Amino acid sequence: MTDAETERSPLLDVRGLSRRFDVSQPWLNRKLSGAGKLYVNAVDDVSFTVARGKTFALVGESGSGKSTIARLIVGLLEPTRGDIVFDGIWLGQGLKGAEARKLRRRFQMIFQDPLASLNPRWRVSDIIAEPLRVFARDMPARDPLLRVGELLALVGLSAEDGVKFPHQFSGGQRQRVAIARALAARPDFIVCDEPTSALDVSVQAQILNLMKDLQREFGLTYVFISHNLQVVRHMADEIGVLYLGRLAEVNKAKALFETPRHPYTRMLLDAVPDIEMTGRPRKRVEGEIPSPIDPPPGCAFHPRCPFMNERCRREIPRLVEGVACHAVEEGRI
Amino acid sequence: MTEPLLSVRGLTVEFPTRRGVLTAVNNVSFDIMPGEVLGVVGESGAGKSMTGSAIIGLIERPGRIAAGEIRLQGERIDGISPSAMRTVRGRRIGMIFQDPLTSLNPLYRISDQIVETIRTHLPISLAEARRRAIGLLDDVGIPDAERRIDDYPHQFSGGMRQRVVIALALCAEPDLVIADEPTTALDVSVQAQIIDVMKRICADRGAAIMLITHDMGVIAETANRVAVLYAGRVVEIGPVRDVIKDARHPYSVGLMGAIPKLGGDAERLTQIPGSMPRLSAIPQGCAFNPRCERVFDRCRVERPEPIAVAPQREVACWLYDEPRSDGRAHA
Amino acid sequence: MTNDPMTTRQIEPVIPPRPPGLLRQALDSDMFYSWRNSPVTIVATFTAAALILVALLAPWIAPYNPFNPATLNLMDGFTPPMSEGAFSDNWFLMGADHQGRDVFSTIMYGSRVSLFVGAMATLFAMTLGVGLGLASGYNGGTIDAVIMRIADIQLSFPAILIALLIFGVARGLIPPSQQESMAIWVLIFAIGLSNWAQFARTVRGATMVERQKDYVAAARIMGVHPALILLRHILPNVLGPVLVIGTIGLALAIIEEATLSFLGVGVPPTQPSLGTLIRIGQQYLFSGEWWILFFPAVTLVLLALSVNLLGDWLRDALNPKLR
Repeated sequence: MTDAETERSPLLDVRGLSRRFDVSQPWLNRKLSGAGKLYVNAVDDVSFTVARGKTFALVGESGSGKSTIARLIVGLLEPTRGDIVFDGIWLGQGLKGAEARKLRRRFQMIFQDPLASLNPRWRVSDIIAEPLRVFARDMPARDPLLRVGELLALVGLSAEDGVKFPHQFSGGQRQRVAIARALAARPDFIVCDEPTSALDVSVQAQILNLMKDLQREFGLTYVFISHNLQVVRHMADEIGVLYLGRLAEVNKAKALFETPRHPYTRMLLDAVPDIEMTGRPRKRVEGEIPSPIDPPPGCAFHPRCPFMNERCRREIPRLVEGVACHAVEEGRI
Repeated sequence: MTEPLLSVRGLTVEFPTRRGVLTAVNNVSFDIMPGEVLGVVGESGAGKSMTGSAIIGLIERPGRIAAGEIRLQGERIDGISPSAMRTVRGRRIGMIFQDPLTSLNPLYRISDQIVETIRTHLPISLAEARRRAIGLLDDVGIPDAERRIDDYPHQFSGGMRQRVVIALALCAEPDLVIADEPTTALDVSVQAQIIDVMKRICADRGAAIMLITHDMGVIAETANRVAVLYAGRVVEIGPVRDVIKDARHPYSVGLMGAIPKLGGDAERLTQIPGSMPRLSAIPQGCAFNPRCERVFDRCRVERPEPIAVAPQREVACWLYDEPRSDGRAHA
Repeated sequence: MTNDPMTTRQIEPVIPPRPPGLLRQALDSDMFYSWRNSPVTIVATFTAAALILVALLAPWIAPYNPFNPATLNLMDGFTPPMSEGAFSDNWFLMGADHQGRDVFSTIMYGSRVSLFVGAMATLFAMTLGVGLGLASGYNGGTIDAVIMRIADIQLSFPAILIALLIFGVARGLIPPSQQESMAIWVLIFAIGLSNWAQFARTVRGATMVERQKDYVAAARIMGVHPALILLRHILPNVLGPVLVIGTIGLALAIIEEATLSFLGVGVPPTQPSLGTLIRIGQQYLFSGEWWILFFPAVTLVLLALSVNLLGDWLRDALNPKLR
């Protein structure tokens, strides 16, 4: 591949990703009650690509599988089916040793609850220095403490904060520490799982701005996971809307918000309380999200969909030109 | 002008601790008119939930109301006996909390809980109470209410449970409902439904709502007026639309700018530097002064009290004190 | 408000300062605060410290060496407390036993044995229990099931029975010539093995909670080896309850050792522990020589009580809910 081609090829390519969880009762209980095995398809046949230096957002409500996808990408979970290709390298089983380490250095994750993602018994300097130690062989030989000081300054903390423990910080500052740790080994790809949903609005603004600044400064690629449509609108270049483990719609951020196509996306946009639309009339939203253990057959959204027909009850719609909907496909909407 | 339904004057809640007395709510005053929805918004530590708890007399020990008075229809309800308070709660003030499971007893059927609450407060027969409970559940949008009334709380989904809680809060026909983060635990699409139900059912019954939340979007959709709290004090109060479109207090201005908008294309959000002070380290003068970019000398010394800047609007900020002791050169 | 993009900004790296010294930290901590505000704990600390110090220094500070036949006079037997021996110049603070040994000195030496056995047994139980608990909680599955069922079975027998059983089996396996010298180690092994299950259970539970937390996920994403995750990340976070059980376990192990020695299956009579002393003493209780039993028993009670009180305080101080 030439440089120009590398430039244009996606950094992350997810194809047909699926993950099934066994949620059966323990063996003995199952035998006693005569119940069978139970599975949840948390993620079902999800495909998308993430362009270099851009932010791809996955948005969905509870049970949509968005956090599972995050964990699959960073390798905390093994996919049941499907492939994840990072910068042309297939991330399957069998990636070991130095090669795996080189790759791991390049991706990082930022979690929802900064208090849980920082070891409470470690000092902030040690927390930020951990990736430096783990990837010492792949990093320029420098005083790790100097780098820690640099990282602390980068995320807007002071060097004196390094000796403190996580519980001595506010929520926003803790998330800054988590970001500093994520950046320590100079990754180019960061998965952000609801990074601001535990934070107050004014602090959220600080963190979102910081993340944008860092993206520009270091050319980072983000996969940004959130349930908050406003935040996603602000951060993302491209958005995938998830419903019960499947992608309902994928589109450029602006287009998705201006001309939502999938009935679920439309409903979601109608439901968001937005401060700029005070007192506007809203369409009534119907129904609730079904249980992922027993999803409706066919299109999972059909029980709540105003455009539902017989085909929707039977047949799972495929993602065609960014929308998985029979009604859109048939030109009914 | 009509008499306010609820009138809070100079409410101060204190918590004595081993490192000194913490003031969680500091000289807070506001009114709620009959049938009105007052939004109370603030970030964590602003004292918004504590204000709600003070009104219904549910402050956890060792906290206590140190000053101020709370009047419901002109009658004081702070410092009354626990049994008198219990009658006020439920009968005259209904409550909706963030987690429906704190309001519902998992061991009893929904029917038992609602019917018992109705019969505790209203002199009606068992059959009548049950009929009424079914009607209420139907009203809050629980399908097949007649059959589902005999289910247990765990048999309902999160959104349905919150509907049951709304029914429970309204079953004794209170004049005021205090809703503390009623939709925070719910998904966006369910949240919209719950807001609708709450608004509609309270409007039907003429009940006022005190809506406590951190989500300005929910307030924008629901409330008539909004009070913005910061570090245990009201910094701004006024009609929702005015406060959102034309915030006056520097904190409210920052808060509105910090919220990402669906329509907006802003590259960066407005950000307020720093974070809400801890209760043990609230700055002297205006509590917001270290984070405020328009701060001047007076802000660091003297605490601003709410100043009327327009009809129905008050702002606790020295910038709006006339005649202005001009310190804007410092800004 | 502030709207400075960070792209153009130059960062002057400042090396973070070194953490404060351990003593400074300890004195600043909430633990120290809660210790200072609990008079019972302060008394318990000093009692335990004094007993331990005396035990450690016994060979140098004891007035007599009760196991050196040269200084013993059998005729001094049964000398009451605070009096001089009838046939020697020896003065007995707590009286003398049937062999003319100074009870005060035998207690000092006896506490030494008791503490040594208790501490070593607890350390052994702790290491074994924490190790198995970590492995069990982190891996789950079959390893977890096997370890926990063994623990369940063991916990359904009284610890003393288990210790007796292990002691008996070990005795049978060791050649008689070495039984005397090995006795103390067999005892430690028996008591330790009968107490590991408590540690394992607690650590397993705590590990299962910690394992789910995102800081472990963060380390896993970096590819940190599971053993290092257990050791560096999880272990420090599950150590709180281990210290509590360890302290209370020490008191229990001391009592267990005393019980075994009282039953005559513990340390050899040439190296008497507090339990052995009590066994010897109880033979003379009804003939009026109460001091031979009384003083060792009081020492045992003081030791177990003060260590237990320390454990209680530790549990409260480490429990965030009680703060």
